[in-house]
Amino acid sequence: MDQKLKDIVIGHSDDIVKMWLEEVNKKKSSDYTATISDELFESTNREFVNVIFTSIEKSGLTNDLNDFSERLINLGWPLSYLTDGMQVFRRVITEYILKQSEQIDSDYFAEVLRKVDGWVDPVINQLVNEYSGSWEHIVSLQRVALQELSAPLIPVMDNITIMPLIGTIDTERAKLIMENLLDGVIKHNAEVVLIDITGVPVVDTMVAHHIIQAAEAVRLIGSRCILVGIRPEIAQTIVNLGIDLGKFPTKSSLRKGFKSALELTNRTIEDVQPKEQDIEKLIDSLNRE
Amino acid sequence: MDFQSCVNIKKEWDIVGARQLGRDIARKIGFGTVDQARIATAISELARNIYLYAGTGKICFEAIEDMNHKGLRIVAMDDGPGIKELSQVMEDGFSTSGGLGAGLPGVKRLMDDFDIQSEDGKGTEIKAVKWLR
Repeated sequence: MDQKLKDIVIGHSDDIVKMWLEEVNKKKSSDYTATISDELFESTNREFVNVIFTSIEKSGLTNDLNDFSERLINLGWPLSYLTDGMQVFRRVITEYILKQSEQIDSDYFAEVLRKVDGWVDPVINQLVNEYSGSWEHIVSLQRVALQELSAPLIPVMDNITIMPLIGTIDTERAKLIMENLLDGVIKHNAEVVLIDITGVPVVDTMVAHHIIQAAEAVRLIGSRCILVGIRPEIAQTIVNLGIDLGKFPTKSSLRKGFKSALELTNRTIEDVQPKEQDIEKLIDSLNRE
Repeated sequence: MDFQSCVNIKKEWDIVGARQLGRDIARKIGFGTVDQARIATAISELARNIYLYAGTGKICFEAIEDMNHKGLRIVAMDDGPGIKELSQVMEDGFSTSGGLGAGLPGVKRLMDDFDIQSEDGKGTEIKAVKWLR
């Protein structure tokens, strides 16, 4: 029975492929694959159906299947193309086998369905696994990348460090901010830390709470914290919320914050005397001689 | 204008989703940047309350209009444990989770109309409206 069914399928593979291609092409116009060029669609379909047949012939999963799915993932084909294709294949092949058989009773029917499932399901599973594996991989890479970006600390001068924050702050990031801030203050021996929230879209009570806690922790280890980059609308929402940020200095821009950080560390910015004046003086003195 | 859309709150990142949708709708209605920030902050507080205290719930936005002005209504619903002392949570500085305790009274000040209904063990529903001036 096993071998008989397999022989029917392998022996008439040309007919089955034709039927399958017709079915798949019918679907093409109506969905996502409409934008793909006909040639590419055709050649991919042929390759797909060949891969399916090889896996039936060898009664198992093949490297061809892995290569094929890997290439489609890289090209960005949707997973639904493959799963839809497999469903169509299941229907076509079942119909075909039943048409070829003389007598059909329920036992035979059940056997055919079971057998076809045995061919189709492992392939579907393999494809879905490959796809979801690649998505999980991307998500985990992005998570790492995001974490690297989440709480940077820049030592701009002796004793002055800046932490620019961009984007939403959630609980996990708030923890990272606190840790990086304290580690960095100790490591760079900073007297003043500027926390820049220009890029933080919303400051609600939780974000404010975390900033207050971070500033308090910085104060405990003997440094000072200045909150900079408070946009006018953020200032208004903070007042509306009734949050008290009075325990540490705040400034509207990084520039102003940096200036007061310099003052706190007893430094100022001075313009260097233009060199031309020196040269003119020199020429003057030479002329006089 | 009977436009309504909802965001389910299940994970912490859903708060960001709710905030972005609310801000988009507010922008479409015509709110300025300051009011957009107020609305986004209010949504953030309400969504965070759902996430922290009820676990799951949803936030709905509705563009509303009466005789002479437009507005945005935010409805936050959950089937959580409810709030026992309503008058207490509306006081500044009251918090059961170690937070600042400015959330709900803050939302009331950020928005124009504010209505809270909660029953012990039966969940909470908060309606807040901001009118376009």
